[in-house]
Amino acid sequence: MQSILEQVGIGNYIILSALLFCIGAFGILYRRNAIIMFMSIEIMLNAVNLLLVAFSTYHQDASGQVFVFFTMAVAAAEVAVGLAILVSIYRNIGNIDIDNLKNLKG
Amino acid sequence: MNTLIAIVGLGVFCLVAEIFNFRKAIIPVSVIALLALFGLTITDNLPQVAGDYSNMIEETSFSKTFSSLFILLTALLLVLSNNVYKNTSKISDFISIKIFMLSGAIAMVSFNNMAMFFLGIEVLSIALYVLAGSHRLDIRSNEAGMKYFLMGSFASGILLFGIAMLYGATGTFDVPTLYDASISANTEYWFYIGVILITIGMLFKIAAVPFHFWAPDVYEGAPLIVTAFMSTFAKVVAMAAFFKLITILNSYMAYSYEIVILVISILSMTIGNIMALRQNSVKRILAFSGISHAGFLLMTLLNIGAAANNLLYYSASYALAGVAAFSVLIYVCKNEDDDKIDNFNGLAKRNPLMAVIMSLALLSMAGIPILSGFFAKLFLLNQVISAGFLVLAIVAIVNSMISVYYYFRVILAMYTKDSVKQEVEHGSEFYIVGIVAAVLLIVLGLFPDTILHLI
Repeated sequence: MQSILEQVGIGNYIILSALLFCIGAFGILYRRNAIIMFMSIEIMLNAVNLLLVAFSTYHQDASGQVFVFFTMAVAAAEVAVGLAILVSIYRNIGNIDIDNLKNLKG
Repeated sequence: MNTLIAIVGLGVFCLVAEIFNFRKAIIPVSVIALLALFGLTITDNLPQVAGDYSNMIEETSFSKTFSSLFILLTALLLVLSNNVYKNTSKISDFISIKIFMLSGAIAMVSFNNMAMFFLGIEVLSIALYVLAGSHRLDIRSNEAGMKYFLMGSFASGILLFGIAMLYGATGTFDVPTLYDASISANTEYWFYIGVILITIGMLFKIAAVPFHFWAPDVYEGAPLIVTAFMSTFAKVVAMAAFFKLITILNSYMAYSYEIVILVISILSMTIGNIMALRQNSVKRILAFSGISHAGFLLMTLLNIGAAANNLLYYSASYALAGVAAFSVLIYVCKNEDDDKIDNFNGLAKRNPLMAVIMSLALLSMAGIPILSGFFAKLFLLNQVISAGFLVLAIVAIVNSMISVYYYFRVILAMYTKDSVKQEVEHGSEFYIVGIVAAVLLIVLGLFPDTILHLI
């Protein structure tokens, strides 16, 4: 019996995760709501996780799957810090629209 | 590895000290411990056993010397923190975050597995996000933290995608195997996509020009002591890690890649310097001068086989000049609302010693002889010319001349304008750090051989 990976093909996995990654990247560039931007970051990181797991099966090598655990832990820590910053912004100005953050001019 | 374990232990100690009410001892103990570790790391000659720690860590002269530099910088900046956090109850949090950040930095230069590198860069970045937003009642600090967080995680995502591509091409995260794949002729093209993505991610981290837009805002909004960390420590760490990554992944650089690095280097120097000309905030001047120094540091990549020592020398002189400048900047701006150049008016009459330290730091960054900044640029340009990039060397010299203008604006304000303010006493930490850093700048300038053959 063929494995799922052989049926679908590694190329399609790469294309899928590249698409997800681009959705995340464009979400960060074009959306102005901080929560949506956080979700976009998560989509980017999860696209990488999908890619790592697909490659891990492709190479019959477990280290890719171990790396995914590291990535998940790091992503959780990162978003925790981001949400903490967001809460203190909300306490200071009462909303979370990125466009209101214009005190530092470049 | 022993250094890394000891530093994480020190970070845990700082957290625990709070429980036992040792708050006053935290900074002295951690500074002394870091100085001891500096000595241990730089003299460490123990041969590494193959297969130790599952091949996650490699101890080379490169990793040892750069780790020692990072430890020294952290020790100096922690002494500065003493005054900043004197009246807060959260001193143990701030100090332990800084020490954990150092552990991330050391992982970034001594990794032997891409997992270790990724964890190192994330420990460093997450610690910096927290620190940048650490004035939580100040909306400017929140904004800096938010911008840094968004840009930093975006860059981490790109970097991670690059690492996944390398894994796809080779089936391993192990550094020696990746090196073999990079010099073999039949590597899959995913590998090169991975190298490009990692390059983009690292250019974000060192704030080189197409990816520099976050740096001035974040530096301006973050608390001063954190800006000092970001512009000296974090930039040098990211550059050293980038250098190590390129030696592993792309040591026989294609001509097109060299051209890309050359163009980015020229753009960083020029745009950084031109933008710095019209700034009034000293923090922003130092931010843009950091961008132009990133351009200089990138030149080391063009002669990757022989440039490690130059990178160390340039990093050390840039970071020490930055530490000296920030010790004066924190001293001057401690009781001010902002960090405009006007605050420096008449500093030479109020406090001649501080004015001398600031002048030495800025002159070293501008590249005036005797100070180490001049020799750093000299060695770097020598190597760039011998590698055949004459145009780059000419642009670099022109840029050095432009940069003299905005460094001298601060120096002129200190020496020629009249002061409107009274002198307030601030404590001796600023003098200690400033004098140590300035003396090191002169010593490194007079005896460059002391660190020029370490790697």
